[in-house]
Amino acid sequence: MSPQATSAQEAATRNAVEVQMTGLSRRYGQVVALDRLDLTLQPGELVALLGPSGCGKTTTLRLLAGLEDADAGQITVAGRDITHVPASRRDMGMVFQAYSLFPHMTVRQNVAFGLRLRRVAAAVRDRRAVEMLELVGLSEQADRYPHQLSGGQQQRVALARALAIEPQVLLLDEPLSALDAKVRAQLRDEIRRIQLEVGITTLFVTHDQEEALAIADRVGVMRDGRLEQLASPTDVYSRPATAFVAEFVGLSNRLAGTVSGGVVTVRGCDLPLMDRSTPDGPAMALVRPEAVTLASGYPADAGPLTGTVIALTFLGATSRVTVDLGDTTILAQLATADATAHPAGSRVTLTIRPDPVLVAVDGAASAGEGA
Amino acid sequence: MAVAATTKTGARPSRAGRRLAVPAWTGTVPFLAYVGVFLLWPTGIVVVDSLKNPSGAWQLSNITELANPLVRGYFIGSFKLCLLSSVAGAVLGAILAYAVASGNPDGIVRRLYLSASGVLAQFGGVTLAFAFLVLIGPVGLLFHASWYYDFPWGIGLIYTYFQIPLMVLVFLPAIDGLKIQWREASENLGASAWQYWRYVGGPLLAPAFLGATLLLFANALSAFATIAAWENQIAYVVPQQISTALSSEVGLSNVNVADLLALGMIVMVAIVMTLYVLLQRRAARWLR
Amino acid sequence: MAALAPVGEVVREPSARRAAGVSARRRRRLNAFRYLVFTVFGLFFALPLLAMARFSLEGAKLGTWSVTAWSQIASYQGTQAVGIPPLISSIEITLELAVITCAVIVLLLVPTMIWIRLRVRWLSRTFEFLCLLPLTIPAIVLVVGLGPIYNRIQRVSLSALMLFWVYVILALPYAYRALAAGLGGLDVTTLAEAARSLGARWLTVIVRVIVPNMWQAIINALLLTSALVLGEFTIAYLLLYNNLQVELYSISRNTPNAGVLFATSTAALAFAFALLLILSYVGRRRRRSRG
Repeated sequence: MSPQATSAQEAATRNAVEVQMTGLSRRYGQVVALDRLDLTLQPGELVALLGPSGCGKTTTLRLLAGLEDADAGQITVAGRDITHVPASRRDMGMVFQAYSLFPHMTVRQNVAFGLRLRRVAAAVRDRRAVEMLELVGLSEQADRYPHQLSGGQQQRVALARALAIEPQVLLLDEPLSALDAKVRAQLRDEIRRIQLEVGITTLFVTHDQEEALAIADRVGVMRDGRLEQLASPTDVYSRPATAFVAEFVGLSNRLAGTVSGGVVTVRGCDLPLMDRSTPDGPAMALVRPEAVTLASGYPADAGPLTGTVIALTFLGATSRVTVDLGDTTILAQLATADATAHPAGSRVTLTIRPDPVLVAVDGAASAGEGA
Repeated sequence: MAVAATTKTGARPSRAGRRLAVPAWTGTVPFLAYVGVFLLWPTGIVVVDSLKNPSGAWQLSNITELANPLVRGYFIGSFKLCLLSSVAGAVLGAILAYAVASGNPDGIVRRLYLSASGVLAQFGGVTLAFAFLVLIGPVGLLFHASWYYDFPWGIGLIYTYFQIPLMVLVFLPAIDGLKIQWREASENLGASAWQYWRYVGGPLLAPAFLGATLLLFANALSAFATIAAWENQIAYVVPQQISTALSSEVGLSNVNVADLLALGMIVMVAIVMTLYVLLQRRAARWLR
Repeated sequence: MAALAPVGEVVREPSARRAAGVSARRRRRLNAFRYLVFTVFGLFFALPLLAMARFSLEGAKLGTWSVTAWSQIASYQGTQAVGIPPLISSIEITLELAVITCAVIVLLLVPTMIWIRLRVRWLSRTFEFLCLLPLTIPAIVLVVGLGPIYNRIQRVSLSALMLFWVYVILALPYAYRALAAGLGGLDVTTLAEAARSLGARWLTVIVRVIVPNMWQAIINALLLTSALVLGEFTIAYLLLYNNLQVELYSISRNTPNAGVLFATSTAALAFAFALLLILSYVGRRRRRSRG
């Protein structure tokens, strides 16, 4: 995870532009895809929009690109209103999910295509195409056709093509979703490197929370056409604004408890609430797995926080332990060395660290149902 | 029948070894035999017989008869008619196919046009000539086209009627294969609608378009029913002359006329095909 | 020849999203274009057919309406004074030919295509070439070469049903295209491996696993084949068999009873069209319910 607070300011010095969307709405028939969205991208900033499918994140991007018309609202780029400018005159570079390269053009021709449309002289656009391909590390492949490249290489070319026209804004529409895990992580970091190098204002749409947290300056979590939270990756993770965000970003245990005076009592533990004004009454506390620690052995009287390990998931440096508490199960995330001390079947006692938590008041939809 | 043959080989994977090692390709024998007897053999007969005299002796000089001005006239007529109807059919059919493709893929319009195309592409024949006769013929209901009996315009119009549906059938999959991302990417890079077709859509469809046009050409070349029922008593195209030769053994003596004309048609197709392959190679470099 | 393949084999991506993802302005322009195209082509295709239908309903006096011609279809004798009405018998023959040709082409092509996909991949280019070859060999050329072959067939049977042998060849490219499109969308190898690992024999794999997944394609192939047989004239005429088209032609030549002629033509066309439309709905329902 790389919360680069400084990058945005640094890039702002290199004519990066501000993008402002106000009151943007879009509906398809009866379905509201986007409901009065307000979103501002600072110059040079990379904002990732995150959410389940159908939450409106792709619609936002397509409205910004001009590929669809907004029903209401306004978009300005560098102070200029572009709401009604057609896509072909918006000067935005876009990278699609996959298969967007023109199959009948070589890599070089693909990258130079935007410049050709702008009637840039052949020599100039060729030089520029080579530069761009060097930037994405593919200058060797310049004369191949797209179908001769791997998926990851194709997406690099798509990025080079988008950047070749020196756009004001870069739009990335789930560019990594069609790639293997390893290539995905590698290309993700490379996109960030290039984005910082070029210093371009960027909107990145993804449904993968890890991806969003890893490369964005700020992450916007969307649901049902609305922005639930827009904040730095660390804030979104450790101080989620709503229960939906807490459950969508990272894992959360849902534990029944009782709210009373700014504190929620869960299985005998008192946990402070993030939102002190939460009304008293029964609620579901959302507890991060890493806030749960385990100790071996079991006291004679099985308390509310003793249980049996039923599964151990190895994740590398850390492991996730599933504990059966009798009426529910709970996930704990531990260093692998600690976790292996508790093989499946062993009895354990849990401790919940009193980090501030959020509660989902009954009736609030879980992340899975948010779509 | 093919099933019986295939199961036998399949039940015994090759590792079963010596026991009954029937190679897998034997499963295709029924098909190959059928095609051999009813397609390759008759074609072979045409080629061989055209180079013999009626009594069965080789006579390679037959070839020179193709240069006979009368015979040449039929081939030129065929070529004119095929070119006219295939180019017109291809262009108009492509426009219609695009209109069909850009609509709802499960909609009634698409269904209707596809079903109609399936019928009309095959159903040209005799019926079609009648239909045009009552529409624009000498006693036409709509009007009387004075050029109805003109060659190639009158008959060309009628041919176009079955060429367009055939074009729709063969060209629609190509248009459906145009990915929406290509359109959006080019728009995003600054292309106008015209530039999209000029630089992206057009070149991408070109190989399929060429292939389809060739198909239409071959289709027009073999169409005989429509022109037979067209009721113009003069013979303009090769198939008419072959028909005459088959039913009455007059004409060029000492030569198997029908076979020779048929050979000429094969040569004509071969020439068009070669041309097509050359063009295709230019248009579809990126396919390889 | 093989180069013709890309025409029909481009990846099929149904343009379902096309409706949603377009800006309103372009959508309006596109719709205007589409309606214009549909109207112009609709008229071009419909007018000759309507004229023919109108003519078939012409009464004794010009401009009046009558169904006399239609009622005569079944009993029309033409120049023949006695015996089975030739028109109705030619209709019968043609329908029977359509059924036989369809059956043979499915039995011949479907197992062979699947088998080639599964086990004999190296033969697939040749196979495709052979299937598409009839497109470029004009039917009339075939007739010339078929003369000697049909002389032998006629020693066994004089029935016009024997035409199916050639009709299968004529329909080969169209049926192949339809079936190839259907097979292309299936991962035949994986399906077969899955079925075989569950203990299926090859026959079971083909009949019970792969064929049920390509009904739509098979139906399409049958549609095109029937349409072809219903409209075929050249070969029947030149080999001196009487099918529907040949009979219509000879009516027009010998006893120009325009009414019956047009009535039968209209009926045949309407029949073929209805057949195709119905089958296209059947095909869709099947696919949906499996979806």
